[in-house]
Parts: sequence; C-alpha cells; structure tokens
Amino acid sequence: MKKALIAAAAGALVVAGCASMKEMDAKYDAEVVQWMKRDFHARGIATMDRLDQDEVQRVCTQYDNKPPEAMAKQIEAGEMKKIKLPSDGKYMGDWKAGQKIAQRGRGMTWRDKPGSTNGGSCYNCHQLSTAELSFGTIGPSLNQFGKKRGYTVANQKYVYEKIYDSKAFTACSNMPRLGLSGTLTEQQIKDVTAYLMDPNSPVNK
Amino acid sequence: MRKSLTTLAVACAAFLATSAFGQTPEEVKKGVEQYREMLELGNPAELYALKGEALFKKKRGPKNASLEQCDFGKGPGVLKGVYAEMPRYFADTGKVQDLESRLVTCMVQLQGISEKDATKRPFGNADKPSENEQLVAYIVSQSYGDPINIKLDNPKMKEAYEIGKRLFFYRAGPWDFSCATCHAEENTRIRLQDLPVLSSPAGAKAAMTTWPAYRVSNSQLKTMEWRINDCYRQMRFPEPNFISDSVIALTTYLAYTANGGVYKGPGIKR
Ligand code: HEC
Ligand code: HEC
Repeated sequence: MKKALIAAAAGALVVAGCASMKEMDAKYDAEVVQWMKRDFHARGIATMDRLDQDEVQRVCTQYDNKPPEAMAKQIEAGEMKKIKLPSDGKYMGDWKAGQKIAQRGRGMTWRDKPGSTNGGSCYNCHQLSTAELSFGTIGPSLNQFGKKRGYTVANQKYVYEKIYDSKAFTACSNMPRLGLSGTLTEQQIKDVTAYLMDPNSPVNK
Repeated sequence: MRKSLTTLAVACAAFLATSAFGQTPEEVKKGVEQYREMLELGNPAELYALKGEALFKKKRGPKNASLEQCDFGKGPGVLKGVYAEMPRYFADTGKVQDLESRLVTCMVQLQGISEKDATKRPFGNADKPSENEQLVAYIVSQSYGDPINIKLDNPKMKEAYEIGKRLFFYRAGPWDFSCATCHAEENTRIRLQDLPVLSSPAGAKAAMTTWPAYRVSNSQLKTMEWRINDCYRQMRFPEPNFISDSVIALTTYLAYTANGGVYKGPGIKR
C-alpha cells in the first residue's frame, strides 16, 4: 500500500515535471519573437516587420520544415494562388540577361540601396552552366535543365512559377520566394526562365 | 614576427597567382587550404592579440584604471581558460554574458567609461581595427588548448540556450531564411564556401574552437558577435544589437553544442 502510494506520488511528480517542461517550451516558443523585437533594429531597407513570420514561415518553423502532408498541401495551394503570371502570357525573356541575374547575389540586405537592382542568387545554391565553377549546393544541380525536362511551354511556366514562389510546389523549400518577396521583377524572372529553358543557353550546352 | 610576415606576403602572392579562373572547384579549394596552411605559420591574429594585451594593461578612462582586475568568471585578474567557458552567467550583473559583453561591463565598472563610448565601434575595418577586437584577440588566446565547457546550471543559462536554439531555427524575412537554411545539412556550400552544420556537435566544435578569427577576405580579425551579425545580414533580417541578449543566446546555443571541443583560437579563415 505504502509502496503503491509512493509510486503514485512519484508518477504524479513525473507527470507534473513533464507538464512544466511543456509549459516552459511553450513559454520559450512565445518569447523568441519578443526577444528579437527588443534586440534588433531596423537598418536601411531591412525593416523590423521582417521579423514577423507569415503563415508559411510560422508552420515551417513549428514543424521543423516537415509539416503534416495535409498542411503542406494547403500551403502549396495557397501559395499557388499568390503567383502573378506575366500579363502577356510569355514566360521567356533573354537568357543573357538571365545569366547576370543568376550570378548576382546582391539585394534585400541592409546594405542594399532602395530601388537598386536585385540578383536571384541562383549560383549561391545551384549549379547551372558547367562553365561557372563557383556554385553552391543547397539546391539541386540545374545543369541541362531545359534539355533534360523538355523545351515545352508547360515547363517554361513551371520554371517561372517556381522562381516566383518556390513554396507553391514544396511547402517549406529552402529556396526564397523571389517573385512574391518583390526581389525579382516580372522581366527578370522571364530572363532567368530563359537561362534555364532556352536551347541556346549555356545551361543546356 | 618579421619572418612570418614575409612568409605571409609570399603566401598571398602564391595564392593570387593560382586562383585564376578555369580550375575545378576541388583545385580552387585546395588552393584555399594551402593558403590557410601557409598562413598558420604567422596568423596575423597575433598582432591583434599583442595590441590587445597593451590596451588591456593600459590605464584608461575617467578612473585611470586598467582592465587587469576584470572578472571574466574565474575571479578578478584570471584570464586563463575563461573564453572556453563563455557565455556564462554573472551574478553581479544578473545576466548571461559573452566575452564582448563582459568587456563592456569592466570598461564601465573599472575604468568609468560610459556604456555608449564602450560600444561605439564594435567592429573595425581593414584600415582601422576596433579596440574591442584587439582586446578580444588577447583574451581568447589565453584559452588556447582548453576544452569548451558551457554549463546550463542556472535558469538564465538554460533560458539562453533554449531561446538560442529557437532563434537558430526561426524562419523569417523576405527570403524565408533561418540559420538552419545554410547550416543544418551535411556537405552543402554557398558558392565555394563550405557551410558547417552548426546544430551538430562536430560542426559546432569546428566553428566555436576557431573563432574569433583573422579573416583573409576581410584582412581583419573578426569576433563571434561580428560573425552572427554578418550572417543576419545575409539572411536579409534587420540588424541585431551588439551584445544583445539574442546574440548571446545564439552564441550560448552554439557553444553548448560545441562542448568538449578543444579551443584553438584565434583562428584563421578564408
Ligand atoms: C537559398 C538557396 C536557393 C536559391 C538562392 C535558389 N534556389 Fe532554387 N532551389 C533551392 C532548393 C533547396 C531547391 C529544392 C527544393 C525545392 O524544390 O524547392 C530548389 C529548387 C529549384 C528548382 C526546381 C528543380 C526541379 O527539379 O524541379 C528550380 C527550377 C530552381 N530551384 C531554380 C532556381 C533559380 C532560377 C534561382 C535563382 C533565381 C534559384 N533557384 C535560387 C534553393 C535555392
Ligand atoms: C544565407 C546563408 C547563411 C545563413 C542563413 C546563415 N549563415 Fe552563417 N555562414 C554563412 C557563410 C557563407 C559562412 C562563411 C563560410 C566561409 O567563410 O567559409 C557562414 C559562417 C558561419 C559561422 C562560422 C563557421 C566557421 O566554422 O567558421 C558561424 C558560427 C555562423 N555562420 C553562424 C550563423 C548563425 C548563428 C546564423 C543565423 C543567425 C547563420 N550563420 C545564418 C552563410 C549563412
């Protein structure tokens, strides 16, 4: 009897301990944003509202970038609706201009001037043309992208949409939403699409 | 010293000559590694540490005192091994502090310098290093060979660790980045720069045992406060305040993850 009581008491303690650990976790979760708002300051174009998470960022942080299937589908559908396709219905621009945008890693930091031309940072994360040896590996190699996938209009549209909003296809992708965030203009996205999809582009040589 | 500086100049010339376009990424990387090895012969961080030592011992400020009686956690005047156990909790301030933050505390308390003046120029440039960086170089060099040992034996330390971990994974900003975007997957790199997995003990040890470091690309000694500041810039976030609780919390998370790693700084980086 006594033993059972002690066991029960110990059990209750453990349960209480777990509950308070959970409570602490929830407290820390809630506090992170408050800490940042207290400890950061706006600098140049990098304003404080950048610390606020949108729904996608919130869910991806909460689920360590692996949200449940249904939730991921919901995010992707929601993001798909945010994509603005080119008004003239054409997805392809000039691949030479696209190459410069793919190379350029500047833009959107506190050092960048408002209204300056942003880059897409593609080479920071992807291999594209084999002529460029300095490329990152956070994303897959896109070398021969058009040649391998096929030079179809449907694929052009896919590339345009992927650059505009990567999360429309992969809920918690590590790739930025370069159109939605206002980083790249419609014309720039067309140019980069051509860099991946034009048969004459070095990406497809 | 002279000799190692000459070696340095030769190494620089050799590096520049071999870094021409048209090499494979492996060749380019090998060149960088060779460069690094050669620089180890005479890490310019030593110059910073020497200047830092002089500054540390110099009587300055309204109280005309040196920093020699500063308590970095092991008692006033003790420098040996202190950096390997920072950030740590300090009862007199009631705060978790990193080395930079503690230096400011001592400048204020011992030397009578205002906090504003003590934090005026946290990061220098190639032409004019900041005094803060020189002091840091001197103090960290006194922990060479000591194992990193961060204890979460205090509620504030525990809190700093837990918040730091959450800061590491917090995605936000126009590019949806968190620290984990660039530092949580094996064998990734940006352009040719290898990205360590800082959430794993191996990656955290590699980083935390070698910072602060002389950064060849900046021609300057840089501190952990700077490293985190510059990564937030790359993340497209607003700027974290110098020695703010958030930066110290992130450092606590990284340093705790690196526990057991033997400190070898100040290091040298690409
Ligand atoms: C911060 C890193 C990062 C940057 C910058 C980035 N990407 Fe990506 N990208 C990724 C990752 C990671 C994936 C894989 C996950 C996914 O599909 O979203 C990816 C996937 C892709 C895909 C889909 C590949 C496929 O097999 O369908 C395309 C196309 C693409 N990126 C193009 C680009 C272009 C063009 C740019 C520059 C405008 C760019 N990316 C910039 C990280 C990045
Ligand atoms: C956009 C990519 C990116 C993000 C996001 C990022 N970093 Fe970095 N980080 C880098 C690069 C690039 C380097 C330098 C690698 C080099 O110079 O070889 C680096 C280096 C570091 C190092 C030094 C590693 C070493 O071994 O020398 C630390 C520590 C670090 N980052 C911490 C952080 C923290 C903390 C965050 C989040 C606040 C963060 N980083 C976010 C790109 C990033």
